[in-house]
Amino acid sequence: MGRDNGWVRVTEVANVAPREGREVRLNGVAIALFNLGGRFAAVENRCPHRGGPLADGIVSSLGGSVTVTCPLHNWRVCVDSGEVAKPADAHACVRSFPARVENGIVMVDMTAAALEEAA
Amino acid sequence: MTERLVVVGNGMAGVACVEQVLKHGRPFDITIFGDETHVNYNRIMLSSVLAGEKDFDDIVLNDIDWYKKNSIRARLGVRVESIDRQARVVAGSDGSFAAYDKLIIATGSSAFVPPVDGVNKSGVFVFRTLDDTRQLVELAGPGIKAVVIGGGLLGLEAARGLQVRGCDVSVVHLAGHLMERQLDPAGGAYLARKMESLGVRVLTGRNTEALLGNGHVEGVRFRDGEEIDANLVVIAAGIRPNAWLAKAAGLDVNRGIVVDDRMRTSDPRVFAVGECTEHRGQIFGLVAPLLEQGKVLAAAIAGGNDSSFEGAATAAKLKIMGVDVFSAGDPDDTKPGTEAIRYEDPALGVYKKLVLRGGRLQGVILVGDASDDRRYMDWLRTGKDLTKDRRHLLTPPPAADAGVDVAQMPESETVCGCMGVSKGDIIRAVHETGVNTFAQLKDRTRASTGCGSCGELCKSLLRAVAPEFEEDKVKVLCDCVKFPQDKLRDIIRSQKLKSVTEVLEIYGNGIGCEVCKPALAYLVDVVHCGGHEEDRSARFINDRVHANIQKDGTFSVVPRMRGGVTTPAELRRIADVADKYKVGMVKVTGSQRIDLLGVKKEDLPKMWADLDMPSGQAYAKGLRMVKTCVGSDFCRFGVQNSISTGIELERRLENLYTPHKTKLAVVGCPRNCAEATVKDIGLVGQDGSWQVVVGGAAGKGVRKADLLITVETTPGALEAAELFFQYYRENANYLERTYDFVERLGIEKVRRDTVYAPEEARHGLLERLRRSKDRSYDAWLERHDPRPGQFVEIQPMEGARIDGTR
Ligand code: SRM
Ligand SMILES: Cc1cc2nc3c(=O)[nH]c(=O)nc-3n(C[C@H](O)[C@H](O)[C@H](O)COP(=O)(O)OP(=O)(O)OC[C@H]3O[C@@H](n4cnc5c(N)ncnc54)[C@H](O)[C@@H]3O)c2cc1C
Ligand code: SF4
Ligand code: FES
Repeated sequence: MGRDNGWVRVTEVANVAPREGREVRLNGVAIALFNLGGRFAAVENRCPHRGGPLADGIVSSLGGSVTVTCPLHNWRVCVDSGEVAKPADAHACVRSFPARVENGIVMVDMTAAALEEAA
Repeated sequence: MTERLVVVGNGMAGVACVEQVLKHGRPFDITIFGDETHVNYNRIMLSSVLAGEKDFDDIVLNDIDWYKKNSIRARLGVRVESIDRQARVVAGSDGSFAAYDKLIIATGSSAFVPPVDGVNKSGVFVFRTLDDTRQLVELAGPGIKAVVIGGGLLGLEAARGLQVRGCDVSVVHLAGHLMERQLDPAGGAYLARKMESLGVRVLTGRNTEALLGNGHVEGVRFRDGEEIDANLVVIAAGIRPNAWLAKAAGLDVNRGIVVDDRMRTSDPRVFAVGECTEHRGQIFGLVAPLLEQGKVLAAAIAGGNDSSFEGAATAAKLKIMGVDVFSAGDPDDTKPGTEAIRYEDPALGVYKKLVLRGGRLQGVILVGDASDDRRYMDWLRTGKDLTKDRRHLLTPPPAADAGVDVAQMPESETVCGCMGVSKGDIIRAVHETGVNTFAQLKDRTRASTGCGSCGELCKSLLRAVAPEFEEDKVKVLCDCVKFPQDKLRDIIRSQKLKSVTEVLEIYGNGIGCEVCKPALAYLVDVVHCGGHEEDRSARFINDRVHANIQKDGTFSVVPRMRGGVTTPAELRRIADVADKYKVGMVKVTGSQRIDLLGVKKEDLPKMWADLDMPSGQAYAKGLRMVKTCVGSDFCRFGVQNSISTGIELERRLENLYTPHKTKLAVVGCPRNCAEATVKDIGLVGQDGSWQVVVGGAAGKGVRKADLLITVETTPGALEAAELFFQYYRENANYLERTYDFVERLGIEKVRRDTVYAPEEARHGLLERLRRSKDRSYDAWLERHDPRPGQFVEIQPMEGARIDGTR
C-alpha cells in the first residue's frame, strides 16, 4: 500500500474560520485542525500540560514558528511540530499530522496514527 | 571678553552645531535667531505629526530650559534681515541688532513653489514647518479632496498623512514614476502600487499648469487639459536653500552658500551649516550629513582641531508605516561599467536592486522590504569588495525574529542613519559616560532621535554592552506589536484601523498571540464604538462561545438576572434546563445569580434557547452584574430605591465590553448590604442623594472606592456612573481593573475628566457610549445564526482507509 492511503478528506475549508481551530475526530483520535490563512495544520487536541482543548486556543507565534496557546494555562504548542514552545523547559509534545488543501477540501494524513493503532 | 557667537536659524543643523560647540567647553556668548516662533524641534517628525502618530509636544528637541541652562539668548520669531560684515552686526526684523565675533548662517531651505498660476489661492500650502503642519492638521478631514503636487519623499509622506486623517488624496507627479531621484521606473511602479493599495491615488507624468478656483482653490489643471477637483493643495515640489541673506551680504553663493571643508564661507568670520550650504558643488537635504557638518564647524571655531567635512553618502528612507522604501548611493545602472542585480516578487510587492561597479556597491533600491538597509549602507560607506559575497547579495535576512546580530556588526557601522551615530559611538557613550537607559542614550548621543527606526537596534546594543541596562518604563503591549497601549489606541484611531489583523499586519508581526490579540480586539471595538470588524479568532474561547471554560474543557452558564432579581418562572426554567442537560452543579454565585456548571459546548445554544434569558457575561471582560440590596421597596432603613436603580443601570451598560471585568452594586442606604463601596462602580443611597463611588475592590486585594460625586437625583447618579464607565472603557489599559486605573490616574483627574469635565467632553463620552450601546447585542442570540463550527465539532467527510499493511 502506498503512503498516500492515509490522507483523509475532512471538511470544506469554509468550515474552519481563518486563524481559528476546530476539533475533529479521525480514527478515534481527537484532532485540532487550524486554518492558518493560506494553509492548514493539525495536531492532537490534548494539551501535554493537563489535557486542555488546543482547538479552543488562540493562534499565536513564538520565535518564528506558529503556535496555539492552550486556553487553560497558556502553554504554547507549535502547530506544525507539536512541540511545546512555552514554557521552554517543558520538553513535551503532542502528535502532529500533515495537512493540506485539495479542491477546497482539507485533507489530513493519518497514516502514522493508523499504523500505530494497527501495530 | 568672551567671544560673541551669533547663529541665524534656529533649526536642526544650527542648534545641533551649537550643542557641539557647548561640548568643547570653550565659552561663547551665544545668540540664536529663529524666524519660527518655536524652540528647536525635529522637523523630520512633522510627517508623523501630520499622520497623527506623534503630537506636537513629542517632537521638541531642545526645550526652553535648554536655552536657559546654557545661557543662550533665543530670539524666536525674529528674522535676520541683513548682515553688515564691516561692522559685524546682524539686523533683526524687530529692529534689534546683534554684534558678533563669529557668525553661523543656518537658514535651512524653503519649499520650492513652481511658477504656476493660482498658487496664491487660499487652501494652497507647503509642508516645511510646524506651523504649516498645524494648518494642515486643522483642515484635513473626511470630505476634503486633497491634491499633493510632488511625488517625492515629502509629497508621499504628506499624502499619507492627509489620507489617514480622512481626506481623499491624489498625488500628482511630473516625472514618469514616483521618487524618480531615488528610484528607477520599476521601483517607482512598486511604490505606486503600494500607495494605491493604501488608498492614495497616484497620477504620474502630469504637468501642473494652474490651480483653479475663485479665491479658494477648487481644482488643478494639467498641461494636457485634464482637470481634477481639489479643495486642499500641498506643494511638495522640492526645496531651495535659503541663501539670499548671505548673497545680499556679498558672500560667495551659487545654489547654496559656498563653504569649504571646515564650513567657512568666503568671510573668515562667517560660517554656514545645514541645508543652506553648498559643499564641493553638492547640496544636502537630509539630516545625517548636516549634523556631521555641525561637528566639523564646532571643532573649527571651538575645538582648535582641524577635522574636515568631505561629503557623505546619503540615503533616503520613506517614513510611512507599512511602506518600506530605501534608496542610497547612485542606483543608476545605465552608465557603462555598472551591473545591476535584481530581485522581484510582485505578489509580495518586494523589489530590490543593487548596482555594482568594479565589484563594489554603487547604489541600492529597496521597496517593500528594507530590513537589510544597514548592511547595504555599510557596504556603500566602506566601499567593501563584494566579490566573495556575490552569492548572498540579496539573500533575505534569516528568520524574522533573529534581527540584526549586534555582536556581528562592525564598530564603524552606522546604527542611527539620521543622526549619524555608529555602533562605536554608542559603546563609547556607555563606557565613558555610564549610559544605562535608552533615554540616556538618546540624550547623550542623539541616536534614535531622528526618525526613530533604529530604536530596537539601539536597545539590543545597550542590552549587550551596558552593564546595568534598565528597560525604559514604557511598557509595550507585547513582543508581537511593540507599542504601548495608549500609542496603539492613537494609531488605531488616527489610521482608522478596524480589525486586529490590520493592526498586526501593519504594526506587528502579522500573527499576534493570546496577549495582544484580545487587547487589540478590545481596542478596535472601543475606538470605533462597536463599528469595528469583529474577528473572533482574536478572542479568547470564552468570548467565542459566550461561556466560561472549565478545567475539563466544559463550560459554565450564568444567565443575566438583573439586579439579582428573578421570578418563579425563570427559576422553573433554570431547574428544567439543569435536569434536561444533566448539568454537574447548580450554584448561587457570589454575584447574586445562578451558575450552571459543566456544560458541553454543543449544548450551549440549546440551553440558552430553553432558558430564554440573556447572557450574564460571567465569562467576559465586560459588564458583569449590578448587585442590589432590597432598598426602599421593602427594607425598613431604605432611603433610595436600589432595586429599580440597579436594574436600570444594568440595562444601560449590559452587553458592553470593558478593559477588564466590571462589577457594580447599588445599595439603598449606607449600611451597604450589597457591598457597593468595594465595587468598580457603586451607588450608595443617602437621604435625598446618591453617592457615586468608583475604583473599589474586594478580590485579590481590598480597596475602598473613591467618591466620584454626590448627586441629588437618580438620573444624575446614573449619568455619573455612565460617564465613569465610558471613561474607563476609553482610557484604561486592557486588563486594568478600575481599582488600578483610578489609583494610577488619581480620583481628582478622573473627576475633572468625567463629572466635572466641560459640557462638550461629557456629552462626547455619553454619545460614544450610546453609539456602542446601540451596536451591542445579547451574545446568546448567536444561537440563531452561529458561525461555522462555533459550537459543534466537525464531522469528517470520510474515515481513514488504512489497513496497516506497508
Ligand atoms: C462563579 C463565581 C464564584 C461563585 O461560585 O460564586 C466566580 C468564579 C470565577 N471567578 Fe470570580 N467568581 C464569582 C464572583 C467573584 C467575586 C464576587 C463578586 O463579583 O461580587 C469576586 C470579587 C470581586 C472582584 O471581581 O474583584 C471575584 C473575584 C475573582 C477574581 C479576582 C479579581 C481581582 O482582580 O481581584 C478572579 C481572577 C481574575 O479575574 O483575574 C476571578 C475569576 C473567576 C473565574 C472566572 C476564573 C476563570 O477564569 O476561570 C471563575 C470561574 C469558575 C468557573 O469554572 O466557572 N474572580 N469573583 C462568581 C461568579 C459571579 C457571577 O455571577 O458572575
Ligand atoms: C516634513 C519633512 C520631513 C523630513 N523627513 C526627513 C527624513 O526623514 N530624514 C532626513 O534626514 N531629513 C528629513 N527632512 C529634512 C530635514 O528636516 C532637514 O534636512 C533639516 O531640518 C535641515 O536642517 P537645517 O537646520 O539646515 O534647516 P531647518 O531645520 O529648516 O532650520 C532652518 C531654520 O532657520 C530659519 N530661518 C531661515 N532664514 C532665517 C532668517 N533670515 N532669520 C531667522 N531664521 C531664519 C528657518 O525658518 C528654520 O527654522 C524632512 C523635512 C521635512 C520638512
Ligand atoms: S443597604 Fe440599607 S436599605 Fe439596603 S438592605 Fe441594607 S439596610 Fe436595607
Ligand atoms: S492544560 Fe494546556 S496549559 Fe494547562
